[in-house]
Amino acid sequence: MRVTFTVNGREEIADDVWEGESLLYVLRERVGLPGSKNACEQGECGSCTVYLDGVPVCSCLVAAGQAEGRQVRTVEGLAEEDRLDPVQQAFVECGAVQCGFCTPGLLVQAHDLIARVERPSDAEIREALAGNLCRCTGYEKIIEAVRLAAERKAAAG
Amino acid sequence: MDFLRPTTWEEALAAKADRPDAVPIQGGTDVMVEINMDVRRPAALLDLNQVAELREWAMVGGTVSGTVGGTAGGMCRVGAAVPYARIIEELAGPLPGLAQAARTVGSPQIRNRGSVGGNLGAASPAGDSHPPLLAAGAVVEAESRERGVRMIPADEFYLGVKRSALEPDELIRAVHVRPATGPQYFSKVGTRNAMVIAVCSFAIALHPGERRVGTGIGSAAPTPRRALEAEELLARELDWTAPLDPALSRRFGELCAAAAAPIDDVRGKAAYRVHAIGVMARRTLAWAWNDHLGRRAA
Repeated sequence: MRVTFTVNGREEIADDVWEGESLLYVLRERVGLPGSKNACEQGECGSCTVYLDGVPVCSCLVAAGQAEGRQVRTVEGLAEEDRLDPVQQAFVECGAVQCGFCTPGLLVQAHDLIARVERPSDAEIREALAGNLCRCTGYEKIIEAVRLAAERKAAAG
Repeated sequence: MDFLRPTTWEEALAAKADRPDAVPIQGGTDVMVEINMDVRRPAALLDLNQVAELREWAMVGGTVSGTVGGTAGGMCRVGAAVPYARIIEELAGPLPGLAQAARTVGSPQIRNRGSVGGNLGAASPAGDSHPPLLAAGAVVEAESRERGVRMIPADEFYLGVKRSALEPDELIRAVHVRPATGPQYFSKVGTRNAMVIAVCSFAIALHPGERRVGTGIGSAAPTPRRALEAEELLARELDWTAPLDPALSRRFGELCAAAAAPIDDVRGKAAYRVHAIGVMARRTLAWAWNDHLGRRAA
């Protein structure tokens, strides 16, 4: 089947999509956006998190056909041209990135958190990131980065 | 595989009537896992995402007296596709037990997509919404093109492991739950705090008007189920004006544990689950009872 949807502001048409295929597969293999990572394929690791109509979801659990006519924003759509999004910048500065595999999902989920909550508490950060697994950082640097990004965003008004 | 995309409820019913082998998909948090892991290859997927009315909830029937809590005899009708995230945000007042259970579902990403309709459709004994639905006496609204609407009480809905009373041509449209008239609690044992499927779970709902206590046991029997003897015990012996009698509470816990019929599996031993159900039953009763007495005193 054909799936037509908008990704990071651009209309994309994917052809010959198998009906059981996930949005994640379409993004990575057909649209050429490998930012969202494919790890568990069961919604447990969060590394495939993208916005679907502005709501963070595990793209591995969205059937490709369910994205028809809808808006998707991936980690590739967070930065503006060469300027990193404040969340991305904070991850770099705080050393919240190690192997990087979980990073795209964490960035999208953290981006959503600080868009909704101005100064999230540590408990709120942990809760928001509970579905994003990281096997390298120990999470402390990640939480630090989210805190920093939130502070900067709040300060910038 | 076919991908069916109805845009209205009537189209969805027609699609299910014509293709009873089509698997309904809403949030995909169960269905896509099975497809991704190659444990299931349905002949067709019936995507319900475009049926907007499934994402609505409303108070129906009864004498509406302004506020949700003040609705006498009314029911809260929750569309099958209202995601858990919205149940937590919008329905914690009228449906506190269901909202508490929704808070324990997966991750924020999963709660943004998963819904009570999906939980019911999958009918896994471990589904988090089942115990509070049982405790609150919820009714499932199912519909087919040929036979119209059928109202199925929650305790008649679950038939076996991942088997429900739903007919092949039926779809779940909504659940009807009476807004809480007393305290409700949900308790869940998992192997960590976040992102876990229940090892076992328990829900309680006090119905002070009827001098009745509702229960729901999750993940400790082939189906979610009520602890009927435990409910009868409290209906018979509970003094609704007095502090909770510890001996009565203990017997309540024992009868709830006795109502469980779990198996050993990767998540827990049967003996542990029986024990934990008894503990959760006593604890949730105590929490609810303290609230109840507090409200009476206020």
